[in-house]
Amino acid sequence: MTDSVLVRPERFFSDRFNVTPSLMEKVLGGALKGRVDDADIYLEYRINEELVLEEGAVKKASRHVSQGAGVRAQAGTRTGYAHTDDITMRNLEEAARQARSIADRATASTALATPGAGRPHDLYTLDEPPILTDLARKLELLRKVDAAARAADPRVRQVIASVASEEVVTLIATVTGWSVGDVRPLTRLNVTTIAEDGGKREIGTYGGGGRVRFDFFLDGERWKRFATEAARQAILKLGAVDAPAGTMTVVLGPGWPGILLHEAIGHGLEGDFNRKGVSAFAGRVGQKVASELVTVVDDGTIPNRRGSLNVDDEGTPTGRTVLIERGVLRGYLQDKLNARLMGTAPTGNGRRESYAHPPLPRMTNTFMLAGNDDPADILKSVKNGLYAVAFGGGQVDITNGKFVFSASEAYLIEDGQVTKPVKGATLIGNGPDALTRVTHVGNDLELDEGIGTCGKDGQSVPVGVGLPTTRIDGMTVGGTAV
Amino acid sequence: MSAQILVDVLKRAVARGATAADGFLVEERHFSALVRLGQVDTVTHADDRRLSLRVFVGKASAAASTSDLSRDSLERVVDEATALARITSADPHAGLPEPGELIATLPELDLADPTGHDLAPEDKIELARRAEAAALAEDPQVTNSEGAEFFDRQARYAYATSHGFERDYPTSSFGITASPVASRDGDMQRDTWYSTARKRARLDDPESIGRTAARRAVRRLGARKVKTTEVPVIFDPENAASLLRAIAGAASGPTLYRRASFLLERLGTRIAAPSVTIVDDGTLPGALGSRPFDGEGLPTRRTTIVRDGVLESYLLDSYSGRKLGMASTHHAVRDGAGVSVSTSNLMLLPGSASPADLIRSVKTGFYVTELIGFGVNGVTGDYSRGASGLWIENGELSYPVEEVTVAGNLLKMLDAVEGIGNDLTMRDRTVSPTLLIGRMVVAGN
Repeated sequence: MTDSVLVRPERFFSDRFNVTPSLMEKVLGGALKGRVDDADIYLEYRINEELVLEEGAVKKASRHVSQGAGVRAQAGTRTGYAHTDDITMRNLEEAARQARSIADRATASTALATPGAGRPHDLYTLDEPPILTDLARKLELLRKVDAAARAADPRVRQVIASVASEEVVTLIATVTGWSVGDVRPLTRLNVTTIAEDGGKREIGTYGGGGRVRFDFFLDGERWKRFATEAARQAILKLGAVDAPAGTMTVVLGPGWPGILLHEAIGHGLEGDFNRKGVSAFAGRVGQKVASELVTVVDDGTIPNRRGSLNVDDEGTPTGRTVLIERGVLRGYLQDKLNARLMGTAPTGNGRRESYAHPPLPRMTNTFMLAGNDDPADILKSVKNGLYAVAFGGGQVDITNGKFVFSASEAYLIEDGQVTKPVKGATLIGNGPDALTRVTHVGNDLELDEGIGTCGKDGQSVPVGVGLPTTRIDGMTVGGTAV
Repeated sequence: MSAQILVDVLKRAVARGATAADGFLVEERHFSALVRLGQVDTVTHADDRRLSLRVFVGKASAAASTSDLSRDSLERVVDEATALARITSADPHAGLPEPGELIATLPELDLADPTGHDLAPEDKIELARRAEAAALAEDPQVTNSEGAEFFDRQARYAYATSHGFERDYPTSSFGITASPVASRDGDMQRDTWYSTARKRARLDDPESIGRTAARRAVRRLGARKVKTTEVPVIFDPENAASLLRAIAGAASGPTLYRRASFLLERLGTRIAAPSVTIVDDGTLPGALGSRPFDGEGLPTRRTTIVRDGVLESYLLDSYSGRKLGMASTHHAVRDGAGVSVSTSNLMLLPGSASPADLIRSVKTGFYVTELIGFGVNGVTGDYSRGASGLWIENGELSYPVEEVTVAGNLLKMLDAVEGIGNDLTMRDRTVSPTLLIGRMVVAGN
């Protein structure tokens, strides 16, 4: 639509709201300087659009605009946060006053704010952001997806396809006089099918996207692959047998099964939990927490990925952080607050869902580096086990380290052969030792298609994961076949 | 003032060619304070507003929302929504409810506590501090804390249609949560307890919340895996409530017309043990899930979803109702994409056994106190989630268990309900008594 935000963030907020970095710094300086260790103002303007096809027609279309400002003041371990959805100088001053009330009670702190520094990346400048692409083209794509999913198999009874597009403009100013903005496009195509056969009914889901042009879905008929994959999964599950229950060898396929890393170690390595000593990984930097075949990184700098950012939501340029190197725990994911309190540097992982939330240390794109094994040989090496290639969501208890992730497409491995598909089952393990039982890592690292959303403290942010084919011995599989 | 904004927006929609429109406006003020190890950690103040709009152009519709209530922005939102409605396909089932069905007189549901919010931030912080202090003092093994939080939220909901309907109502909510961490011999366990209410005076006292949270964390210390086995499983009230949420999801109209529900074509049939009755009641005064009308202006009611084991009603908004050839059950809620379906106060009616009786009736089994993960397939009812809790031996809770899964199928689990506790309390929007399921697979070693 006409609402182009193809402008620099500074210009955008100045034109629309008469708020500039120097005025923001004046608010911070006037209300907060000298009384806090750190403070910032975060401005955000967001447009979301979604078209949903069901029963062969697009009957649902929606568009949402959200805008607001969050003002944060920090003193010692304390954070005052105030936000408003009405971006005016008067409201920013009031929010600063509310945020400051926390600091007035604080005792003096010796640690100082890290001044903002470094150039933001340029990872997703698009000549045509997906939010601006013609609705007619999106509608046409959804109709083609519907037809392709139905053509894949006559047992496909329902197809629900959606294309969601987003554009977020941010501008951050800090008390140290640093300001930086970002314009973040994001899109996702999602396909869900319901297949029915003789009274049995199953669901298949597939999708992907990123900080990419709409044409991403047309490249190499990616849309068609998403549609046929969603259909294939549902059909496959119609014939699935009960999943096994108990401890066994599990081989994870490449790509999205990297959610293992996100749950098993990623959350446990976020700075806040470690600074507070409530993570199962607290105090373990330098210790062996995985097989030496395992190297895991979090990398927010991969162009056009769903989990990538030019700068995080505190204005720190994102980076590549080695979490585990050849089995040894190397570091944590940090926002500014926890980095300051732990005497280390922020890693560009301070993220927030929106202006209505203070930042937290969060993952970006988290993946394991490729090993040397041929994936086919890895499967052949397993006498009896489970081969899991697609997953739904996962969750972790940070404190005791127990994590789960739920397989939505998995097969039995019998005598080194992949045999029957099994029903969905939850896999459970213990973060600090699950990766010590990795015995093979494939040479086939893949990143996921661009579907991940991570929740923490009620805040959702887009993330990516990746994994090569990986064999883990002794995982507990939560099926029903005893 | 708020209702006037809605009325103006709907007028503009009609002027732009909409044949009908409705809108929902939520204005809220929110405060929260997290205290950790006796110190203030994070204090948040917020004022938020969101207007959501649905427009119809003939039988085609579209939705839009904005947090920017300036005149320019609202005009833009209306224009965009009407433009969107021109590109979507006509749907014979689309449309507002009949004006005559809309609520006439608002019942007095006592959902607001205006004076409850009149507490200085320092005093609100103190409530969180007391909860955490009680947790830390309860047991020497409570050595750390993720903190304790107090929040309060004051909101006003307004709904209007282009036919001239317009109503609004205020609500309040308050909550205290404590999350202590216990440790022993290198083992570390966190647990949480909370209280939430429409009236501040009805919150549990902070000390009891903290002590309960501490006892829950301490009893998890030394947890171990068990051998894979098939045993009776008892869900404590908090976790039994999560089963109700899964059942309500499968009974909701949008899931059903998409044929994505294990309750499809089951209406009028037995889906659970005869002891099971599940009710959704939006009319309970002062309750957390109560609302005078739903997201389409229809008066809320008491709906029996499952009566004596028989599936008696689905949960429908007017659109999914029309698609299924039924009337709305007045369960519409507004969400980002327009209208969806949600429960109000959802509960499984209590039985006569005390929780202790239920535990005593089990020779060997698993008492579940926490579930993690998303392993519920709403299409088939297949169920597999991570769990921790306490092992039952000879009718007694004997030792803590973790890193196991519980698995089955929701229809089989409902059929296998062998005991329902007498311990239902309206402490949240979805509540259940303790529930004994005859047999489930517990996967461990």
